[in-house]
Amino acid sequence: MFSYTIWIVLIPLFVFLLIGFWGHKFKPVVSGIVGSAGLFTAWILSIFTAYIYFFDVGKVDDVYQQIIGYNVLWLRFTDTLQIDLGVLIDPISVMMLIVVTTVSLMAHIYSTGYLKGEKGFQRYYACLSLFTFSMLGLVVATNIFQMYIFWELVGVSSYLLIGFYYERPSAVAASKKAFIVTRFADLGFLIGILLLSYYTGTFDFLTLTSPTGPAIGTPPAATFIGMSVLTWAMILIFMGGAGKSAMFPLHIWLPDAMEGPTPVSALIHAATMVVAGVFLVARLFPIYITVPIALQLVAWVGAFSSLFAAIIACTQHDIKRVLAYSTMSQIGYMMCALGVSGMGGHEGLGYMASMFHLFTHAFFKALLFLCAGAIIHAVHSNYMYDMGGLRKNLPITHITFLIACLAIAGIPPFAGFFSKDEILVAAYHHDTALFIIEYVVAGLTAFYMFRLYFGIFWGKKQDYQHTPHEAPKSMTIPLIFLALGAMFAGFVPFSKLVTSDRQLFEIHTEWIIAIPSIVIAIVGIGVAWVMYIKPTDIPQKVAHSLHGFYRAAYHKFYVDELYLFITKKIIFNHISKPVAWFDRHIVDGSMNGISFVTNQASDKIKGFQSGQLQQYAMVFVSGAVILALIFIYLWT
Amino acid sequence: MFEGVPLSWFLILSTIMFFVGVYGFLVRKNLITILMSIELILNSVCINFVAFNKILYPEHMEGMFFTIFIIAVAAAEASVAIAIIINIYRRIASIDVEKMDKMKY
Amino acid sequence: MTSNQFMFLLFSAVIVIFSILTVTSRRILRAATFLLFVLVATAGLYFLLKYNYLAAIQLALYAGGIVVLIIFSILLTSHINERLPTSGLMKKLPAALIAILGAALCISVILQYNFIGAVGTTEPTNVKLIGESLINYGKYGYALPFEVISVLLLAAMIGAIILAKKRKD
Repeated sequence: MFSYTIWIVLIPLFVFLLIGFWGHKFKPVVSGIVGSAGLFTAWILSIFTAYIYFFDVGKVDDVYQQIIGYNVLWLRFTDTLQIDLGVLIDPISVMMLIVVTTVSLMAHIYSTGYLKGEKGFQRYYACLSLFTFSMLGLVVATNIFQMYIFWELVGVSSYLLIGFYYERPSAVAASKKAFIVTRFADLGFLIGILLLSYYTGTFDFLTLTSPTGPAIGTPPAATFIGMSVLTWAMILIFMGGAGKSAMFPLHIWLPDAMEGPTPVSALIHAATMVVAGVFLVARLFPIYITVPIALQLVAWVGAFSSLFAAIIACTQHDIKRVLAYSTMSQIGYMMCALGVSGMGGHEGLGYMASMFHLFTHAFFKALLFLCAGAIIHAVHSNYMYDMGGLRKNLPITHITFLIACLAIAGIPPFAGFFSKDEILVAAYHHDTALFIIEYVVAGLTAFYMFRLYFGIFWGKKQDYQHTPHEAPKSMTIPLIFLALGAMFAGFVPFSKLVTSDRQLFEIHTEWIIAIPSIVIAIVGIGVAWVMYIKPTDIPQKVAHSLHGFYRAAYHKFYVDELYLFITKKIIFNHISKPVAWFDRHIVDGSMNGISFVTNQASDKIKGFQSGQLQQYAMVFVSGAVILALIFIYLWT
Repeated sequence: MFEGVPLSWFLILSTIMFFVGVYGFLVRKNLITILMSIELILNSVCINFVAFNKILYPEHMEGMFFTIFIIAVAAAEASVAIAIIINIYRRIASIDVEKMDKMKY
Repeated sequence: MTSNQFMFLLFSAVIVIFSILTVTSRRILRAATFLLFVLVATAGLYFLLKYNYLAAIQLALYAGGIVVLIIFSILLTSHINERLPTSGLMKKLPAALIAILGAALCISVILQYNFIGAVGTTEPTNVKLIGESLINYGKYGYALPFEVISVLLLAAMIGAIILAKKRKD
């Protein structure tokens, strides 16, 4: 039935191979067209899959089925422990298929305009296709090991794309940072996978998450430092997810990753790859629900990250960094929503809200990034203080950016309102402290987004070297498309589509929470209006009055510095150096010593091979005589 | 049947001849004289064969035949050796064994 | 002392003396000549042992063939009056030592063993018998070694020609 879905994954792979191997033989624009066309096919297939899954065959007695669309045995350890590669069709994977292909298609189309004339255009498209392939493989993974493989593949393609401008040292440093930090987190992920599979004897998601399966029905009894081994495994797996999703304290790579081209930031670092962590937790949610400590950790890490990032976002001047921290904040929201969720029915509201927010966030955050790209394209600067009064020059960008800002701020009827509202409701019913944090974050979000909006499109008019002009059609069309998504995605009845136990339930807007959230959003917008609509000195005054705190936030609370201190001062000096010394002097030294002794010995004994026949004969004859002597007279 | 001379005399004679040949092989520098030493060694072996044959098993002829074969092999060996020596002489204008150390380390 | 003993001692003396001279003489042509004497004396020993055919081969092949070959090569590669350079004492002394040690060892072993000669009379071997044995492949037949030695001689002949041939380059 769904066996064709493998092509959704494979088409980008073939496109990658095609462009990667033969792209440079054609004009750059050919790569763009091939990539976009390939992805368009995948997009159509995804839409088709979603349609027939949600409205035709997926639902049996009001429960969405989990269907293995395609499966092939890849690696076999034992009869039970084996690794498959395949396609799992269920509500979240289908939703992710839509998100990934849509945003990726928009990024593909947008890039044809944005990167026109850049060196390495073909390389860019090859990497973009590789990324899309990996991300699609990740979301349809049938087992945790397949997910891990594609998880690393998206890491690699992210690395390649962040380092796209590899002549720039900052881009190289950023790509390395992203790779190393996420790789470090993936170490936890891998250990978690191994723990989980060791104790349950399977990698398969369906077996793992089945209520009677080895993880939930008969959980392993082993414990370690007071917690069950399952809790440890889930915490470690969450560590991988936190690394990929830029959760505190593994978030440091995300702001730097903005060194990559802007469509890449939109695709990878806003809409798809960074939500892989959320997707991972959602995928294993039935297990998480059985280990409350891990789930609590997810909730608090998410909440703290969202607050932390929102505060930093208020102080940054680089618009892409603001958006990056905003992404981190919103992903924190999703994590938090998962953390406060229960299982089944209305209890599982948080799960549904998280997925809903993931879905809507993909649209408006990708849109924000693409708008930022169009603005940077026009102004040739990333910094807010170089911008201002652009609303006349960039009309389409202006409107779409406004829509995105309203959506993320949570103003009805834009998409963000609905999903954010569900998250707040879920948090409210679970834990008041989390609810308050998320509530504050909602206000901060509105504030910093409109700070950005007013700062760019209103404020004082700058003297530009040449008049900023609207981006070409190839860039504005994706903007308009995503803006439509940001406007209307909120009306998708998610509780009828994606739920924790795949059964349907009804939701009602709880106005007791919705109205205060609208109010605080409007307050945030209003503050931003007062501070940034016209050039005033209010921001400076506020910054001055919050002197220490502002500086700390401006410097991202010195987390990077802390990392540097720990790695450079402590790890390098006190661990790496002695180890390096040991390696260089003891390990290498013994090897060098052996080679030195061998060398010297051979130097000494090589004279024996003198080439003098008679010496050899002499040795031979005396040897024979002496042996004869020994055997005849001495050995008897 | 051969009377009067015990076998050990023959053996002692061939031993002396053999080790004289060995000595020559070890100390002579000229390749041709080394070849002559080899002929001495071969000849001493021939005497051994023949003496064993005649004195211990006079009704058989193995020793004699082996002597014949050794002589044939010696002839072949001498011809090849001399061909090699002449070749070497053409190359390095010398047949001093100490100068032929190309195959050292 | 029987005549056999006398003749044996005579030949032995010739063999030993001229062997030593062969390996010590500094004139190479003389060394070759001394070698000839050794070989002739060996042929004498064969005559003494009534192996007439063998003695004839020894004379013809060794004394007549190989020594002539050696003398030819000497003439090709050396001056007649050239006095060979001798090896140093550092080379001669250990070589002599090891040769004497080896000889002493062998002789002591030989003397420890008491060989008992066969008794009874046998016909002296004649050439007909030898020829029949050489082409006989039954018991006491030597057809196979004969064939092998033929091939060896052929190979040696070809090898010698190839090796000694002047190169084109």
